[in-house]
Amino acid sequence: MDLLSMGKYGFYVWTSFALTGFVLTACVVQAKRRHRKVLHDIARQHQIMESE
Amino acid sequence: MTPPLSMPGLWQGFAAVLRRDLLLAWKRPGDVLNPLVFFAIVSTLFPLAIGPDAEQLRVIGPGVVWVAALLATMLSLNSLFSNDFEDGSLEQMLLSPQPLPLLVLAKSTAHWLLSGLPLVLAAPVIGMSFNLPVSTQMAMPVTLLLGTISLSLIGSVGAALTVGLHRGNALLSLLILPLAMPVLIFGARSSALSAAGDSIAAGAYFLGAYCMLSLTLAPFATAAALRISNE
Amino acid sequence: MWTFFHKLASPPHFYSLAGRMTPWFAISGTLLIVYGTISGLFLAPADYQQGDAFRIIYVHVPAAYLSMMGYSIMAISAGIGLIWRMKLAHAVAAGVAPLGAWFTFLALVTGSIWGRPMWGTWWEWGDPRLTSELILLFLYFGYMALRASIDDVSKADRASAVLALVGAVNVPIIHFSVEWWSSLHQGPTLIRAEGPAIDGPMLYPLLAMIFGFTLFFGALLLMRVKSEVLFRERRSKWARRLLSDGAH
Repeated sequence: MDLLSMGKYGFYVWTSFALTGFVLTACVVQAKRRHRKVLHDIARQHQIMESE
Repeated sequence: MTPPLSMPGLWQGFAAVLRRDLLLAWKRPGDVLNPLVFFAIVSTLFPLAIGPDAEQLRVIGPGVVWVAALLATMLSLNSLFSNDFEDGSLEQMLLSPQPLPLLVLAKSTAHWLLSGLPLVLAAPVIGMSFNLPVSTQMAMPVTLLLGTISLSLIGSVGAALTVGLHRGNALLSLLILPLAMPVLIFGARSSALSAAGDSIAAGAYFLGAYCMLSLTLAPFATAAALRISNE
Repeated sequence: MWTFFHKLASPPHFYSLAGRMTPWFAISGTLLIVYGTISGLFLAPADYQQGDAFRIIYVHVPAAYLSMMGYSIMAISAGIGLIWRMKLAHAVAAGVAPLGAWFTFLALVTGSIWGRPMWGTWWEWGDPRLTSELILLFLYFGYMALRASIDDVSKADRASAVLALVGAVNVPIIHFSVEWWSSLHQGPTLIRAEGPAIDGPMLYPLLAMIFGFTLFFGALLLMRVKSEVLFRERRSKWARRLLSDGAH
């Protein structure tokens, strides 16, 4: 329990680390989403070209 | 008008662009007056928002005048290239045999004469309304003189990058304001320090150096930006 | 040497190479971050002045370092792209900008959280480094906004490259002017003339975090540049073949 409270600074320390985890995860999610979007765009373009 | 057979010299090219811009402004004085009126109105907003306490106004005075000058410059920058872009004369400038950075420098000079210089001259009047001490009254035009030259030059890069874009106006401020921070910091802070009897030399030297740096680099960056945004 | 660079700059080659390298960066980065977090939070002793609040620097310092590193990468690759007309360099600049903005944001918020117990305020205008970071965030926003408002990719690449270079000239000046503007902060912690001020069990987690963050940043950058390259090459044969082969 003492470990979690971090002296009297528990709130600040845990918020910082939680936020870091969130930002790093958000970066991964955003990068993957962007890549899927590009792939999707190419696939659609491909379909249009084939249907013509 | 027949095209001249011999190529006009560098100075003629510079002078022609400068004279043309000044002449255009003379025909439409509103374009010159608007930033100046904006400058006066923004400076008036602060006393109204903060209260008539003379002591408080004296403290914030230099900062307010500087922020108002910065915003007024932003306002006038938007039309630096956009009018020329719309009527096609920008394309003529790009095609001319004169070096583009030189012509761009002429545009910036005209812009400063029409928007920066009036602010420098108006600043002491605004300063008086803020009850600024004489030392600050003297310091403000010096810092503004050097600062507005730099702002016109850095601003021209932003104006060149956003010319022809939709909603270029807001974008221009977003691009240029962070870059203008050093000018604001040194201009406003050294003006404010002069109220306490400190010398403005440090700030003035910095502003002078910054002015020289932007004078040498900005025209080239602006010329490159114009070529890119006009293909 | 030159053939290596030529091969690297060829989009399909870069694409597959980046795809193979990403997991290595991501896994080693994650491992280092996990190690750094555990030892930083639980094993390192509390600072005698700042108590446990100093543990925030384990995330703040790497984020701040990468926020500046990101801008340098952006400016350098923008310059390379502008001078040698290299598409890959422009793709790197485009990919690094949002990452740099995220890490700048992280550095700002963790710095502010650290400042709350230390200075008693969430935002201390007197601190030159936080103020510089804030201006850096605005620079990233301007860069991304300019990029987003130009539809033509090649034009957006070159216009934003000019902006990145003008910004790069300004960053040291901004930093210097903000330093001059005020000075109320503890000095740089890690690099000092008389050697690192923090040592042993406090230093190792920090180094692990810095390397871990850098590797993780590298993995994210590879992912982003991969997408940017593919987007720029979306009309090419190899991009379509890639899709029909099902190997992304």
